[in-house]
Order: sequence, then C-alpha cells, then structure tokens
Amino acid sequence: MYRYDEFDERLVRERVAQFASQVARRIDGSLTDAEFLPLRLKNGLYLQLHSYMLRIAVPYGTLHARQLRQLARIADEYDRGYGHFTTRTNLQFNWSKLKDVPTVLGLLADVEMHCIQTSGNCIRNVTADHFAGVAHDEIEDPRPIAELIRQWSTLHPEFEWLGRKFKIAVSGATHDRAVVKSHDLGVRIVRDPASGETGYEILVGGGLGRTPFAAKVLREFLPREDLLAYLEAVLRVYNLEGRRDNKFKARLKILVHELGIEALRALVEEEFAHIDKARVNADPQEQARIAAYFAPPAYEDLPEVSRKLEDAQIRDPELARFVEHNLFRHKKRGYTAVTISLKPIGGTPGDITSEQMRAVADLAEKYSFDELRVTHAQNLVLPNVKLDDVAEVYEALKAHDLATANIGRITDIISCPGLDYCSLATARSIPIAQVLSHHFADPEKQKQIGEVSIKISGCINACGHHHVGNIGILGLEKKGVESYQITVGGDPSENYALGELLGPGVPAEYVPEAVDKVVSVYLAERQQGETFIETYRRIGLAPFKAAFKEIADVAA
Amino acid sequence: MAAVKRPPLPVILVANDLLEGDVVFATADGWSRDPRQAKVAQDDAAAQALEAFAAREFLHARVVGATLVDVELRDGAPVPRHIREAIRALGPSTRPDLGKQADFQI
Amino acid sequence: MLLLDREGAKADLWTRVETLDISADKVIVPSALLQDALAARRPGQQIGVAIDNTERAAALEPYFGALALVVIAFPTGYNGRGFSIARQLRERGFSGLLRASGPLVSDQFPHALACGFDEIELPDASAERQPVEQWLAAAARISLNYQRGYNYGAVANILEQRRAARRAGAANV
Ligand code: HEM
Ligand code: SF4
Repeated sequence: MYRYDEFDERLVRERVAQFASQVARRIDGSLTDAEFLPLRLKNGLYLQLHSYMLRIAVPYGTLHARQLRQLARIADEYDRGYGHFTTRTNLQFNWSKLKDVPTVLGLLADVEMHCIQTSGNCIRNVTADHFAGVAHDEIEDPRPIAELIRQWSTLHPEFEWLGRKFKIAVSGATHDRAVVKSHDLGVRIVRDPASGETGYEILVGGGLGRTPFAAKVLREFLPREDLLAYLEAVLRVYNLEGRRDNKFKARLKILVHELGIEALRALVEEEFAHIDKARVNADPQEQARIAAYFAPPAYEDLPEVSRKLEDAQIRDPELARFVEHNLFRHKKRGYTAVTISLKPIGGTPGDITSEQMRAVADLAEKYSFDELRVTHAQNLVLPNVKLDDVAEVYEALKAHDLATANIGRITDIISCPGLDYCSLATARSIPIAQVLSHHFADPEKQKQIGEVSIKISGCINACGHHHVGNIGILGLEKKGVESYQITVGGDPSENYALGELLGPGVPAEYVPEAVDKVVSVYLAERQQGETFIETYRRIGLAPFKAAFKEIADVAA
Repeated sequence: MAAVKRPPLPVILVANDLLEGDVVFATADGWSRDPRQAKVAQDDAAAQALEAFAAREFLHARVVGATLVDVELRDGAPVPRHIREAIRALGPSTRPDLGKQADFQI
Repeated sequence: MLLLDREGAKADLWTRVETLDISADKVIVPSALLQDALAARRPGQQIGVAIDNTERAAALEPYFGALALVVIAFPTGYNGRGFSIARQLRERGFSGLLRASGPLVSDQFPHALACGFDEIELPDASAERQPVEQWLAAAARISLNYQRGYNYGAVANILEQRRAARRAGAANV
C-alpha cells in the first residue's frame, strides 16, 4: 500500500490548516455563506437533513488497519459510533459538527487520510477495481496509476473550479468491477496487441444522475508515460468548453453528447499536441517509486486446495455457504480475497459500527497483510487471506455480525442514504432495502435466485446506481407521497447497460411484491445456468413489464 | 435569507445551527433543538416576524438554511406536514435511537 | 476595485476604454477593438486587452508580441474557466502581464498564480470582506504542489523535490 512521504504529509497538514482558516473566515464574515459553501464541499462537508455530514476519501478503496481504527475512534468521539461506506468507496459520518471538523481532519492526517475533493466541482476521489492487485483476471495492478492520479488531481490549481464534479475510475482487469463506464473519465489498462506493451484505454462522458450516459472511448491506446499530459488535455477542454449555464448540463457527459465524441477527440488531441509533455508527465522514476509500494506482499507458497478449509466446510454448512458466496479467486495460489458483507439481513447497506471497524482492522492485520478494500457495492474486502485461515476469519466475522453470506446475491443491495439523511432526497431508500432484504432473507431462496443486483437511489441523482442495477429502484415523490419506479436490465460491468422502466411508480408497500414478480419471471423463464441479466437479455423487457403491470394496476 | 415562497399557515421556522449543524427551531426567544418548542406562526404577521428573525440570525452567522415549514398541531405541538420535514424534526426513520426522536423522546 | 499581486495592493495604472479613444499611456481595450488599437498605437504606449471567459487563448496568439496585458473576466469567483485560459496563454508563449478580474475568493489566489496570473482585480464588495492580508496569507498557506509545470514563487513541486532527493541519494551511494 502507498505510504505518505514527508511531502504528502505536509500538504495534507497544510490543507487542514487551510480549512480551519476557512471556517474562521466564515464565522468572522470575511466569507459569505455562498463563498464558504464550495470551500466546505471541497473538503467533503455537506449540510444534510439532520446535521453536517463529513465524507472521507478512501482513495481507490484502499485502507489499512490503523486507518480503520482511527475511523472507529472518530466515529466514537466525534460522531454517533458508526459510518456509512458509499458507492464511491468513501466513508461518510452523518453527525458531524462544523466546529469539530478541523480537529477530525487532523486525526485523519495522523493516519494519512483526508477529505480533500470528496465533493464539489472538482476532480473527485479516484476509484478502482476493489480486487486490484489480487484479481486472477488482471492485466496489471491499477493502484499505481490510481495513486499517481490521486496526487496529480489533488489541489490541481487549474481544475479546482470546474463546471461540475469530475469522477475518475481505473481498472486493470478484463472484467470491469469499477463501473468504469459510469464515470466522467475511465482508465482501462490494456495490452497493445502489436507490441505487447501495456497502456491505457481512455473513456469519457459516462455518468448516472438525471441524464445517464455510458462512457465512450476517447483514445484506444495511450502510452503509459503520457497519462498525466493526456488527462490534463481532457480536463482543460472540459473546463473551457463544458457548459456553465445550467448546472444539470455541466457534466462532461453533456459536452460529449452535444459535441459528439469525434469533435471532442479533435479538441483533446489538439490540446494534447500543445502540451509540453516532458514538463507535465511524471518521470518514470516517480512512477516506479509509487509502483514499488504496491509490490505483492510476502506470500507463502501454498497448495491450490486447503484441506483444512474443505474439512471445516463439511462440518459447517454455513461456512460452506460463506465460502461459496464471499470468496474471490486470488492470483496467488492458496490465497483468496474475502468480501465482508455490510448487508446483514434488515441492516442499512454500507453502515458499519465502530466496534465492527475495530474487529475488521484486527482481521486485516492478522490475516490479510494489513490490507483492506472498500467496494463500490458498499462492502469491505480482506484481499489477501490464506485459504487455510478462512474458517477462522469466518468465525471472527460471525462474532461481529459481519459474516452474512450474500455477496452478489439479491440481498447484497446497494442503497444511498435517501430521505432518512439526505436533503436532496425525494423518498427514503434504506427502508426499501431493509424490507427487500427481509423478503429475500431465506438462504435457500437466495441460492436459487443466484446472481442479481438490486440498487436503490432516493432521488434522480442516482447515488445508489439504480440505473445499472439488474433491478433498479428509484424513489420519487408523487403528490407528497413516496413512490418507487422500478427498472430492469441495468448492468455495471463491461456489458454496461442502463435499466429500462417497468411502468409507473408504486408506493413503498408494493415494492417487495413487484420485485417478487420480476424475480418470478426470471425463475420461470431461465434456461440452464442463466443469471438474471442473461435471461433478461434473451427474453427482453416485455414479460417483466407484463408481470409488473398486475402490481401497478392494483397499486393505482 | 427570507423564504422565497411562503408555505401555507401555520408555519414554524427551521434552520441548522451554523457551528453545530443541528436542526434548530425558532422559539419565542431564540432557538431550540426540540421541535415541540417551536413558535407557531398562525398568521402572516407572525410568519413575517419569523422571516425577519431568520434574516437577522443568518447575518450574524448563527444559523444557515432557515426556512418556514408548514405544520399541523397535534396535541398542541407543531408537526411538519411534509415527510421530509417530518423526518428532519424527528431523525432517521430507520434509527429511532438517533436524532430528536431519541434526544427528546418524541 | 482593489488591484493586488503577490506583493500586496498596487495602484492600477491602466485605463479601460470601450471605444478607440486611446489617449492614455496604458489602455485596456475589449478584444473586438484589439486589432485597431494595436494599429493606432503610439510609440511608448502599452495596449492591453480584456476578454470574457468565452474567448480563447488561441485568438490572441497572433498579438502576443505586441500585447502588454491580458485581463480575463471571472463572471463569478467559482467559474474556473479563466484558469485554463491563463494556463493556455502561458503555455503558448504569452509573457506579458495577466490579470484576473472578478469576485474571486482569497483561497483561489494560489490557483490563479499557479496558472500564470500576476494580479487580481477585485470588486469592492469582495475587497471589503477580504482585505489584502488575507490574500497574501492564502498565497503562503500551501507550500507544495503535485502538478509539474505549475510552479510559482515559494511553492515547491513535490515531484521535483522527490527527483532531487533521488539524485542526492544516488550521489551519496
Ligand atoms: C449525502 C449527500 C449526497 C449528496 C448531496 C449527493 C449529491 C449528488 C448529486 C447532486 C449527484 C448528481 C450529480 C450529477 O448528475 O451531476 C450525485 C451523483 C452521485 N453520487 Fe451522490 N450525493 C450524496 C451522497 C452520496 C452517497 C451516499 C453516495 C454513495 C452511496 C454517492 C455517490 C454518488 C454516485 C455514484 C453518483 C452518480 C454517478 C454520477 O453521475 O456522478 N453520493 N450525488
Ligand atoms: S441519490 Fe439522491 S437521495 Fe440518494 S444520496 Fe444521492 S442525492 Fe441523496
């Protein structure tokens, strides 16, 4: 994992002092509220329904034990004993006080963390494949360039005041686990078929929200050394040409849509040609310096199969279920990546208590080379666990209500905070997630349904990724009452697709039945081995729509 | 920062404390964190007075986001009509142990 | 209006005109008049141009040699387009004075300087709340940056520092 050097550390400390000064100047009247608002947002501080909310960056979803323990301490001393992991792999505290924030930022700086650019119209926290560095299907570990981009985008003087937020995701695997196509800019590590060299495919103009678009390829192959100069060209073109007349049309996706990808490419290439690349790019030694932090840990040579784990599974069917659902194939023989579900039945997706944070930190230290990941699906990962240790890890997780065996299953629901916390919400989303989780709690039923994703947002902004849920749920307000629109067919992977609407919105109490109908269509129609999304692609929207109509008609 | 459009009467004035972030309600003589203490404006003049108070308090950097919220009276206590404000006056519906519902046992 | 640079407040010696009445020694004209103003320029007279942030650096490129000042308007402080225009002007070789004009916030001063601006022209309403000392403090608050090629004044580039440290380390071996 990357560790700060003296320069990284000094910059973050200076940024803490800067924020303290901004707060002081807001109080003494030097800054108006309108001037202060973007400044506090650039430091991840929102004003929510009940309180301020502080969003802490977890760059490319990577954490170590000491950091998670510090987050637990902040949760206990400055919040209400819990935090919420988001689809952008950040952590949110829901009960912050403005007057405490400079102190909290100092505590974060103590463990090489910050809230820089976790909100506001600037380049946001870079996200990555949560199995980066350990995935069996990886061309190259994307974390070194994620860190390079993190540094480059941090307090970038030219791009601090963009027309709108700008989100970057990176992936180095063939299978896209980072929802690359929903980002303003995606970087995919690819191999040039001719030379065998790795380089980058650059995608732009993705986004969810009120006008969802899939990102398009801007550059098929960018040589490694030119990454920063090329990003600079893209950002400059966006900063200059992106719309500023309408907040809802200010994202890069709208520029791509209005100009067309060819015209945008011409502008970017022209700008790129003007940039003095030697002056802007990171030198190879700097890239190597960063990459060295991500060298594989001291893995042992182990057999492919763990007898110990096999035997334990025979004794404990629940462990077997956990192994079946929550383990991911590691590139190193004898190891596995264990996903810790933050989706207990009936829980709040992504929420974790301080006590659980400490327990997970202990496990990371003891069993995973001190490493942890946050996934965009609001779960945690122990990326480097010996198969031999899985049973012990499972027992420890169980003791803290963290052993739910449902990764990728219907109860592994993504949900934004919705109207229970969010001041932009039009409806609640957490209670919907909870009801559905109870509804599909039976492990046998989950197993029968197999892989399917439910994603819920409490308003059109789509923080809960509902557009790319196999089943997407969007909470709206209809005549003062919460109402939920359901889509099917969304897919966040390399087969990226936006879901299609089943029909009119229904009140909350009809949602479980409606989802049930959708699932029943799949179960009735599926052919041997098909997942939900595969069946949907084969049979299309119509059967789902027809089944949903029965519910919608009753609801109406 | 007077409310742009006034909701139907009766109304209360709700804001966030600038330094704490807590939701606060204008009372007869300041602010309270307890929604039941909110001063209820039954007529235009009283609503206007709340707006004037909001503008002053905003200028003095004590609160932000002050808005008038329409309420109905239940057992003499004001309860916001709209679900958003109702949740704001109580706390997260999924966490009865948090927010005003817990602090004031509402 | 308050005019300031990294040394503090300064007198504005430039006169803005909207017509071709260019009698002053240092005049700022709108871009539509730039060509005529340059043609009518007296010896020793300096011409500057004021542009909106919808105008582009490339359009000024033919005049770089003759232009002494470019003023870029910031319609709001947080509309950051002007930063990219400034950066482009510098990258394409403009070496005259660069001025940002509009309701910027002091925390943006380091960004403006890093992108190549020399001075800020601030409306009175902003200057009353944010006196010069706040601007100077803001410029000094962050002493490092990661972005190569955006160096100014006392700000040290982290990548260059690391490179220097590597070189020193290698020399010591
Ligand atoms: C709590 C306060 C939050 C606010 C005020 C907020 C605000 C917004 C807004 C306005 C958008 C639409 C952006 C646009 O279309 O230009 C958006 C999108 C998004 N937000 Fe949030 N959000 C919040 C919380 C969250 C949470 C909790 C998550 C993760 C669970 C999240 C992740 C995202 C994602 C992934 C998108 C959609 C992707 C995109 O188009 O950028 N946000 N958010
Ligand atoms: S989707 Fe809407 S309700 Fe949910 S967190 Fe985002 S802004 Fe809030």
